[in-house]
Amino acid sequence: MDDIAAPDVENYDVAAVNKKEKRSLYQARIKIFPRRVHGVFRNLKWWVMLVTLGIYYITPWLRWDRGADLPDQAVLIDFPARRFYFFFIEIWPQEFFFITGLLIMAGVGLFLTTSAVGRAWCGYSCPQTVWTDLFIAVERFVEGDRNARMRLDKAPLSVGKISKRALKFAIWLIIALCTGGAWVFYFADAPTLAAQLVQFDAPMAAYITMAILTFTTFLLGGFAREQVCTYMCPWPRIMGAMMDEDSLTVTYRTGRGEPRGSLKKGAETGAKFGDCVDCNACVAVCPMGIDIRDGQQLECITCALCIDACNEVMDKVGRPRGLIGYASLAGEARTESGEPSKVRIVRPRTLIYFSIWALVGLIILYGLITRPDLDINVLRDRNPLFVALSDGSIRNGYTFKILNKSHEPRAFTLDVRGLPGATVDVVGSEDLSGGTPIFSVRPDRLKSFRLLVSAPRTSLPSDSVDIQFVVTNINGGDPATYDSVFRGPAK
Amino acid sequence: MADRPIDSHSGQETTGHEWDGIRELDTPLPRWWKWVFYATIVWSIGYWIAMPSWPMVSTFTKGVLGYSSRGAVMDDIAEARAAQSGLLSRIEQASLEQIRTDPALLEFALAGGRSAFAVNCVQCHGSGAAGNVGYPNLNDDEWLWGGSLQAIQHSITHGIRNETDEDARVSDMPAFLRDEVLTSAQVNDVTEYVLSLTNQAEDRASAARGQAIFAENCVSCHGDGGQGNAEFGAPALNNGIWLYGGDRETIRETVAYSRRGVMPAWGQIIDEATVKKLTIYVHSLGGGQ
Repeated sequence: MDDIAAPDVENYDVAAVNKKEKRSLYQARIKIFPRRVHGVFRNLKWWVMLVTLGIYYITPWLRWDRGADLPDQAVLIDFPARRFYFFFIEIWPQEFFFITGLLIMAGVGLFLTTSAVGRAWCGYSCPQTVWTDLFIAVERFVEGDRNARMRLDKAPLSVGKISKRALKFAIWLIIALCTGGAWVFYFADAPTLAAQLVQFDAPMAAYITMAILTFTTFLLGGFAREQVCTYMCPWPRIMGAMMDEDSLTVTYRTGRGEPRGSLKKGAETGAKFGDCVDCNACVAVCPMGIDIRDGQQLECITCALCIDACNEVMDKVGRPRGLIGYASLAGEARTESGEPSKVRIVRPRTLIYFSIWALVGLIILYGLITRPDLDINVLRDRNPLFVALSDGSIRNGYTFKILNKSHEPRAFTLDVRGLPGATVDVVGSEDLSGGTPIFSVRPDRLKSFRLLVSAPRTSLPSDSVDIQFVVTNINGGDPATYDSVFRGPAK
Repeated sequence: MADRPIDSHSGQETTGHEWDGIRELDTPLPRWWKWVFYATIVWSIGYWIAMPSWPMVSTFTKGVLGYSSRGAVMDDIAEARAAQSGLLSRIEQASLEQIRTDPALLEFALAGGRSAFAVNCVQCHGSGAAGNVGYPNLNDDEWLWGGSLQAIQHSITHGIRNETDEDARVSDMPAFLRDEVLTSAQVNDVTEYVLSLTNQAEDRASAARGQAIFAENCVSCHGDGGQGNAEFGAPALNNGIWLYGGDRETIRETVAYSRRGVMPAWGQIIDEATVKKLTIYVHSLGGGQ
């Protein structure tokens, strides 16, 4: 390396992995050895990693008291009992639309963040990014920074190389195992399952899930890395449609940087160079292995590490920071035409996305706040439609379900309205106390009853009568109503 | 491939294909992708060896693991049978009344009875057990041969008017006109009287004549008020439920030529536990006594 970009600035002999001339029919993966970098965005990424991984690993261990017989795990997806618990929220299978709403919010939220701040999801909070970042940190800790890692990679097999690699793989494997391990805790009581896991007494599904997730984490975080974003993930392609000229991207300010050239060459030849000293630090730190100076690219996840790297260099050569920075295309155009370059995050597009996002959120919130803890369901028999009894009266059969969503056992009475002279029989229940059937339902359970409702033929003005099932808690509270019909013979 | 055009915007080679001026960039596939493809080929070869795969002329390659989807179903059924065996043996030992009052046995019997009914009974009685002309509705509260648990179990086990079971329920109504017990006019009068039991008579004089004939020929089975008798499988004639139809034409035909509904002795076809489950199920449909 005879060409020194500037005093104190290391010059890197590195080319972008997506250089056109490197292309062939099949593209071998070019190894990327991202260099360590310090700066605002690197620190932000550390914090995001700490928070997101912290949430992921710790959440299953949080407790939340729901009373006897109910799980005390704050976040639990209980498949056998068909319940989803999230702190104070409990969702039954028929309330799955809440999850649909959350998924819609997640989708629109991605649109919103993308149109406002570009591919911030990709650069900071995507699990692939976070785990890859963690794996690279482990790699750097064991094998050293970029140059040391490149030397080690080229070095012939030796005891030292093998031991370093073994240590790195071992730490990766532990992280991967913890990743798969944390996942299964969301689906069962975490302390119980943890005890079962170490005693080799856990369900086979838990071990298989852990094994699959351990393998994928190890492979995707340790080896596939940027290949996942470039070749496997659909999101970079969708991102292209989500962004406009006002979206924030990590941008190399070509007008300020070009023509690029080292200080030394500039001094020797007297050529007038731009601010870029062509040290390639931005390429050397890039976890995607690309050159931001080639312009906006599908591969760029906007992790902003090149901004930190370039700012370090600009500080050293005494030039203003921000040769590479967050900017929007429209903002850059305004700068070049002399207008103040303001980032416009609030604009119709982002406002519309935010409105949709907030509306869905408010609907979910309203649904959760007004969610009744009593629900009933009445399913009328369709075969036979009705039964004529020997005394001439008409009988209809109903499957009647009470959903007791409260955490106490409750008992209810039933009133069938709209049908004069109707009598209600509960199949399989002989113990009618005082003629009024009492429907007892255990806490947090659904109970199904079979009802036979009979009425004299004179009560039916036509072949179909609208009736209501009204269920009242015997200890008071709002009744629940269900509209149904009572069918008889055609007149 | 030196003559392949270069896309001027991206500087990348194109495949040479062109549609309306749009050329396809020749983006290289990652090499690991190719290896994944080769790995799937290797996997498929392993799959051929392990699993049934290749069709032959009259058979197919069985695979060293010996898997078959039919075998898997048989295993599942055997597993389900084994899981049910505890409940099944309790069903076999318990009385019908015990089954009906034990929630666990009742649930099991109702579920098993429903599926046994769907296999064996719906052909005549209908999928909703609502019956058909000549085949009684099992939902209502009228029973030809009795609606208690024991009566239903007897009817299912031994059947009705069949020639295979000695204990089958048997009764024969005379064909009053064909057997020349009554004249055609007398049959008309009896029909009018039967209609009068449900207030449908139009000719009161004919009904009065019919009452006398009814008292002489019919009351021994159908009762003096036409209320029926489950001992002889004689239906009640004084309510709105008719097995063959309650209009004048049909009633006259019944009186004149009789009716003879049959049912197989299911005890010879299905096992006792299934009969018990069917009994519980039919009893639960709404008419059980």
